[in-house]
Amino acid sequence: MSEKKKINTPLTDDIVAGLKIGDEVLITGNIYTARDAAHKRMVDLLDKGEKLPFEPKGQMIYFVGPSPAKPGKVIGSAGPTTSYRMNAYSPRMIEVGLKGMIGKGEMGPEVAAKLKEKTAVYFVAVGGAAALIAKSITGNELIAYEELGAEAIRKLTVKDFPAIVAMDCHGGNIYKEGIAKYEKK
Amino acid sequence: MRQIITDTIIQAVRKISMEAAYDLGEDVVHAIEEFKKREESPVGKGILDQVLENAKIARNEQAPMCQDTGFAVLFVELGQEVQITGGDFYAAINEGVRQGYKDGYLRKSILGDPLERKNTGDNTPAVIHTEIVPGDKIKITIAPKGGGSENMSEIKMLKPSEGLQGIKDFVIDRVRRSGGNPCPPVIVGIGIGGTFEKCAMLAKKALLREIGHRHPNKFYADLEVELLGKINRLGIGPQGLGGTTTALDVHIEVHPCHIASLPVAVNMQCHAARHKEVIL
Ligand code: SF4
Repeated sequence: MSEKKKINTPLTDDIVAGLKIGDEVLITGNIYTARDAAHKRMVDLLDKGEKLPFEPKGQMIYFVGPSPAKPGKVIGSAGPTTSYRMNAYSPRMIEVGLKGMIGKGEMGPEVAAKLKEKTAVYFVAVGGAAALIAKSITGNELIAYEELGAEAIRKLTVKDFPAIVAMDCHGGNIYKEGIAKYEKK
Repeated sequence: MRQIITDTIIQAVRKISMEAAYDLGEDVVHAIEEFKKREESPVGKGILDQVLENAKIARNEQAPMCQDTGFAVLFVELGQEVQITGGDFYAAINEGVRQGYKDGYLRKSILGDPLERKNTGDNTPAVIHTEIVPGDKIKITIAPKGGGSENMSEIKMLKPSEGLQGIKDFVIDRVRRSGGNPCPPVIVGIGIGGTFEKCAMLAKKALLREIGHRHPNKFYADLEVELLGKINRLGIGPQGLGGTTTALDVHIEVHPCHIASLPVAVNMQCHAARHKEVIL
């Protein structure tokens, strides 16, 4: 297997431009969690011209709704949720500086176009590998929307969080190219 | 009449709710190991490694293998010689789910109303399917179901003239359109025949069968093998990133059907194919 690339947040244009689909990465730094409900609220804030609960410049959002932490643990199991539900929101977030998303499953053409335009990247983490992924999460701070429970926005500190580049800023899409490569007619 | 008190049911359901979340069945683990040997994509192989490692961590640490610990779906086979005492049977099952999800630190994913979308906070109510069977025992199976794979499921009322080819096309198309969303490798449950609701139920029940076990009727057993082969040639692969391991198995259940209909249902199941049972 190819060498895993280590990357740190916040992401810069240079880091993002150096990533291409199929690259396996280990992410270290801070990432923010948000799912459907939190995205809806953030986009509503942007529509009203208000500030987001965190400064999005250079940051990454992880689409996740973790299970509750057992006593003494930083977080419960924390694998990705399906990303297409965020197609309506992610382009807006990228416009205000977000550099990456982590989820599972393909994102739409509207997202692909924004990744290219704004030099951003979409990673996948292995759906269902939630207990393993949780091991790379060393910090967990509630940022906003506590009432949303598993859907609240949290700032996670991660060390060597395993992900794979699925859609890059050069127009690459592993869901199209990867599948075409292994399809047997 | 054999008497069973509701407290026994609560305790049993509490326990299997947690076990299902932590402990992936050996049949699934074994199937992933076998498919990994033949996986052609290096990225795909790496993903299958992660899935296996994850199952090990979940079991050892008694942690949910997936954060989506699902809708609690329970299948109950109630012996007709059993008398339930001490309270309401369905309330007891829901109480078991409530305790299991709370004490097991499982995620609560159930909304009280589909449009109001407010969380009930304890993962109830469960979906409970009850069948009355001969005997004096109760068999309870829990099969928690995550949203990612459930959302990729579909039912279609085919025209009888579409026949076997119509069924094959529908199944393959459903899997293809699902891509990486249901967390492949998947298990594909297929219902053929019955009425609208019966057909969906057959597809769901098909998922309870152990991986590698074939339908007793040779025609359907062969169809399972054929569809599995076709699905694994689609190229979707682990997590939909390309590869040769898209499905671990295909299970078909059939039921007699009306002269005017040919229903077919596909229930997708992710690799976190959780089910645990208890016999009281
Ligand atoms: S589809 Fe299954 S493995 Fe994937 S996130 Fe949902 S429950 Fe977990």
